[in-house]
Amino acid sequence: MKIGLEHVEDLARGAAILGTGGGGDPYIGSLMLRQAIRDHGPVDLIDVEELGDDDFAVPFAMMGAPTVLVEKLPNGGEMVAALRAMERYRGEQVRAILCAEIGGINALLPLVLAARCGLPVVDGDGMGRAFPQLQMVTYHIFGVPLAPMVMTDEYSNTVLFECASAFDVERLSRNLVVAMGGSATTCLYPMHGRDAKRSMVRTTISLALDLGRTVREARRSSGDPFGELLAYLRTTTYYQHCHVLFEGKTVDLLRETKAGWALGHVVIEGTGSCAGRRLEVQFQNEHLVAREGAVVRAIVPDLIAVLDAATAEPITTEGLKYGQRVKVLGISAAPIMRSAGALAVFGPQAFGLAHEFTPVEILNPDAARQ
Amino acid sequence: MTEILRIGVDVGGTNTDAVLLRGREVLAEHKAPTSSDVGTGIVQAIRDVLSRAMVPVGEVAGVMIGTTHFTNAFVEGKHLSRVGVLRLAAPATLSVRPLAEWPQHLVEAIGGHTAIVAGGYNYDGRPIRPVDPAEIRRVVAEFRARGIRAVAISSVFAPVNKAQEEEVAGIVSKEMPGAHLTLSSELGRIGLIERENATVMNSALLAMADRVVGSFRQALANLGIRAPFYISQNDGTLLDPDSVVRFPVLTFASGPTNSMRGAAFLSGAKDALVMDIGGTTADAGALVNGFPRESSIAVDIGGVRTNFRMPDILSIGLGGGSLVVAEKGGVRVGPQSVGYRILTEAMVFGGSQLTATDIAVAAGYAEIGDRDRVRHLDKKFVAAAVDEIHRLAEEALDRMKTSAQDARVILVGGGSVLIHRDLRGVGELTVPRQAGVANAIGAAIAQVSGEVDRIFSYEKLGRHSALEGARTEAIDAAVAAGAAVDTVHVVDVEELPLQYLPGGAVRIRVKAVGDLVLGGAS
Repeated sequence: MKIGLEHVEDLARGAAILGTGGGGDPYIGSLMLRQAIRDHGPVDLIDVEELGDDDFAVPFAMMGAPTVLVEKLPNGGEMVAALRAMERYRGEQVRAILCAEIGGINALLPLVLAARCGLPVVDGDGMGRAFPQLQMVTYHIFGVPLAPMVMTDEYSNTVLFECASAFDVERLSRNLVVAMGGSATTCLYPMHGRDAKRSMVRTTISLALDLGRTVREARRSSGDPFGELLAYLRTTTYYQHCHVLFEGKTVDLLRETKAGWALGHVVIEGTGSCAGRRLEVQFQNEHLVAREGAVVRAIVPDLIAVLDAATAEPITTEGLKYGQRVKVLGISAAPIMRSAGALAVFGPQAFGLAHEFTPVEILNPDAARQ
Repeated sequence: MTEILRIGVDVGGTNTDAVLLRGREVLAEHKAPTSSDVGTGIVQAIRDVLSRAMVPVGEVAGVMIGTTHFTNAFVEGKHLSRVGVLRLAAPATLSVRPLAEWPQHLVEAIGGHTAIVAGGYNYDGRPIRPVDPAEIRRVVAEFRARGIRAVAISSVFAPVNKAQEEEVAGIVSKEMPGAHLTLSSELGRIGLIERENATVMNSALLAMADRVVGSFRQALANLGIRAPFYISQNDGTLLDPDSVVRFPVLTFASGPTNSMRGAAFLSGAKDALVMDIGGTTADAGALVNGFPRESSIAVDIGGVRTNFRMPDILSIGLGGGSLVVAEKGGVRVGPQSVGYRILTEAMVFGGSQLTATDIAVAAGYAEIGDRDRVRHLDKKFVAAAVDEIHRLAEEALDRMKTSAQDARVILVGGGSVLIHRDLRGVGELTVPRQAGVANAIGAAIAQVSGEVDRIFSYEKLGRHSALEGARTEAIDAAVAAGAAVDTVHVVDVEELPLQYLPGGAVRIRVKAVGDLVLGGAS
């Protein structure tokens, strides 16, 4: 299919839902994508099976602070510079752009680049959600090397990382982001079609589009965006186990910065069918775990989304404030994200949580039968 | 101080209200339809309250005006100047041009001439590029050639460092003498696109601001009032006329703020929920520390995204003119309304439409119009409609609450007669006597404020001294705006850590307010 101007709003909203509180507000990304489509035309979205096994394909993502991105917007050319640098270094021509992170602003930026370069974007990403670190993707889990990674800034200053370990790239580049003014473009996990086919979380761009469209249309027709959102999610392979974990009002909010992360929790006091109960959602950029007292209701890498209770508009952790009416959704991560190897990289232990991973559908057996 | 006489005027789309206050006492009030010639309406309103209270003009120490002029002009795209938009940012930000996503009629109204030139800063104050004076002169020459007399200048991270914007303003003034200029650093707030939009809006309104403020001045001069006058802004504080001439955009949406501040004044409450029930809608908001709680999401004005300080208001379709309809399973009240036609269309006024006001009269708790005209209504139906009216109010108030505890609620506006019994979740319900002119009172008692909103490094400064520095800056800004030093206090402190960044970079926002110093004429 072609992604045109009419799809941008839906995609941005779907990406914000899958961002599970993090990933940056996709608003700036949607402005960039609209301009790119106006200037260069719509973008081809292709299935990963349409890639030849030897076709060279590269993922793109912005790295840094979403708060910087709302001031220092990208130039757009820095993504092209990163792409050309990768092509020169590898001596191969890029045939398609990949998405690394469907949650938040990084869902939209690969499309901006694709529009500018006239390249297709492959429908899928490396997590089916948002995560804060470079190694937290299925590309890494399935043995695609992170390096070489190219990083560029608005001057098209170009830095290349060659490291054996993905963790070393993460550590070294995190400091360079600061020197580049708080946000930078990365082109990472360069791979071929055969690698993309075995390591991607497939079709997540269309899923995000459908999520956004479902909410938009439900607001105009039935007025029940949650009902229709859940009904839609249940038809999908990845997100079929989904539950309204809780409904209520935010009554406490703690945010602090430790080692460059936004850490904190929000406490939601139940209303309606949840009256008299409390849910605590803990986050590190993205939501990690939702607990009622000692009982875990959902835990990473399953998705925990906090949405406005009336409109189903997703709320980022930066947008949380006291007194908001919210519903909290627990959504199953793609099966590819729940393997033992995957959990070692972005399961609860990777975030210092003491809990074991338990799938959301096992934690909420009653809700599943509703 | 308490004996000082002040006049508050609220020039709304429908009514012009005025009040005369001596200290905390309301001496006189006035309500009349807004005249097409606004100056005349203000003169009549002020003359009326002065004569009612039999107070000579010379005793008035200050006049405070709330107006929807600038908001309406912008939304309708009327009386706007053509604006040249200069963004200091290249090579950053080229991926989103200025005026992206503005409605077409507004882009046409202001001409759509934009340029992204070398300049801007990083979050730590490091320049992205220095300003290139030759480039600025070239762009300004182009603007001039297109007949542009107003320029909006915005730089990346201007809230961190405004030096480049000021440098460029100097060049533009030289090349385009008498140009109407706005710098984004003067409008605060992180968020380039929203701040730039506000800067452009402001430049487009500058010529009109000259005229409107001039007509206010003339109106007061005609009345013989020599006391200073002020115009209220959207956060419930005041601007002097010279500031409005420079920043008309700051008056946007001051109406709901004034009615909430008026409610706080009339009830003496500092922390409470306020519901202003009009003819068509009810606006619910929260007072925190005597000021409206601000909205944390971006606010669209006329389809343009901004980051103005706006009160967090929930509007529902419940008012005195709301239509009441029988539905399967119950009664529906609103959101359709007869609005200002209530005086002819409501049943109690001889009309044929069943409105919320008719229900309140039929139920026996309001005395408006002719009760006989609603006597035939089914008692059960009336009771169900009363339940629905109260349920709607309860739900809106509940959504604005910040804790599960029962809230204190103040009702203002002409539609407050619709509520007559305890509301669920409400501890104390107050309907002040002058509820109908709460907005003019809010204008009359407004204070002045100063604000800082910038990124600080906690690793460099430490949290304590960073916060202290920000508080001092905000207090100084309030005093500079005219606040009495001994009354200034900090009303809001907000810290927002910058995600994903080491170095302890934190965005701090502090607001300080104080009583306006008025020369005592009494």
